[in-house]
Amino acid sequence: MCDTCGCNITPGNRHLIIGEGKLARTEDGRTAVSVLQGLLSENDHQAAHNREHFDRRGILALNLMSSPGAGKTRLLEATIDALKGELGIAVIEGDLETENDAERVRARGVPAIQIATGSACHLDAHMVHDALHHLPLEGVDIVFIENVGNLVCPASFDLGHHRNVILLSVVEGADKPAKYPVMFRAADLMLITKTDLLPFLDDFEPAAAERHLRALACEAPVLQLSASKGLGMEAWLAWLRGEAAAQRERATRGESLRPNVAPDAHGHDHGHAHHAHP
Amino acid sequence: MHELALCQALLRQVEAVAAEHNASSVSRILLRYGPLSGVEPHLLRQAYPLAAAGTPAEGAELVMEESPVRVRCRTCGVESEAAPNRLVCAECGDWHTDLVSGDELLLASLELDIPEDPAPE
Repeated sequence: MCDTCGCNITPGNRHLIIGEGKLARTEDGRTAVSVLQGLLSENDHQAAHNREHFDRRGILALNLMSSPGAGKTRLLEATIDALKGELGIAVIEGDLETENDAERVRARGVPAIQIATGSACHLDAHMVHDALHHLPLEGVDIVFIENVGNLVCPASFDLGHHRNVILLSVVEGADKPAKYPVMFRAADLMLITKTDLLPFLDDFEPAAAERHLRALACEAPVLQLSASKGLGMEAWLAWLRGEAAAQRERATRGESLRPNVAPDAHGHDHGHAHHAHP
Repeated sequence: MHELALCQALLRQVEAVAAEHNASSVSRILLRYGPLSGVEPHLLRQAYPLAAAGTPAEGAELVMEESPVRVRCRTCGVESEAAPNRLVCAECGDWHTDLVSGDELLLASLELDIPEDPAPE
């Protein structure tokens, strides 16, 4: 029997599977149970818990995502230096192996926890929760979560952060948003990085990268910078200051913020609800 | 390759529902997913037997039903089908749209084998 395209959902059993027929009996006497629960609901609940943890302290949590080598760690180093004495920063680093990135960040004088994911290609909310237990959050305004360099898997996992920052370096193609729509459409901010290399490249147009992003119905602002040459950093730092201030204000009002397109763990969104609340 | 992690999450949910209904085994699992959920159906299908080995859902048939990508235009209000990497309005071409479907990843339903209650002695 075909089990690839769903064609074995027949007119005879369709109402049991699709409809409201919770606990209906199929013809061969099995019990059909309607569940309608998001597959990642366990992760999403943990993410909501992490977000509460940040919100209680008025901390802004940012998820940095990009290909490997787009300049996430370099951007963090420059950002830590620029905001020293102004905003408290802590970092969670995700990589398959090594403590290298956490050591680079610690060398700048801020706390960093390295999560070595082993073979896992992404961070999830549970890993971030474990890391938070080891990260001193006293005096911290912004927690950067540097996700595993990967444009595919990290997009599917809410970590409990507030904003997605996606880096696209000019040595990649400007059509990356069209190739990895699941990732890029989740952007709250897109950073075009390594712009000091633009004069050496004849095929990267920042305007084209932005057009590809807009085709994903994504309204995120797009900024251009070079962390190593200190170009365009002011706009990025201004965005960070604005977001950190907005988060402190939200926290005093007892409100929270979910990143672009993250699922709602409590099921108020499109049909993620599992059980009716009494 | 996060499909193994997804399978493990799926199986924890399936096992919880099966236990809730005192089922001896699970015969069928229906998932509903959209192309923008980030899941690769054939990878999920390959990962499933590895994750399900030794669980009540070991022999279950995994059925995956794909939802279309649909957007509603904020400018003209028309709802239309879209490509996963081109979420613009098919009617007026504007990119100011909201996704109506296409990013879901849902455990829709299960078929369970539930033993009859033993007859009272």
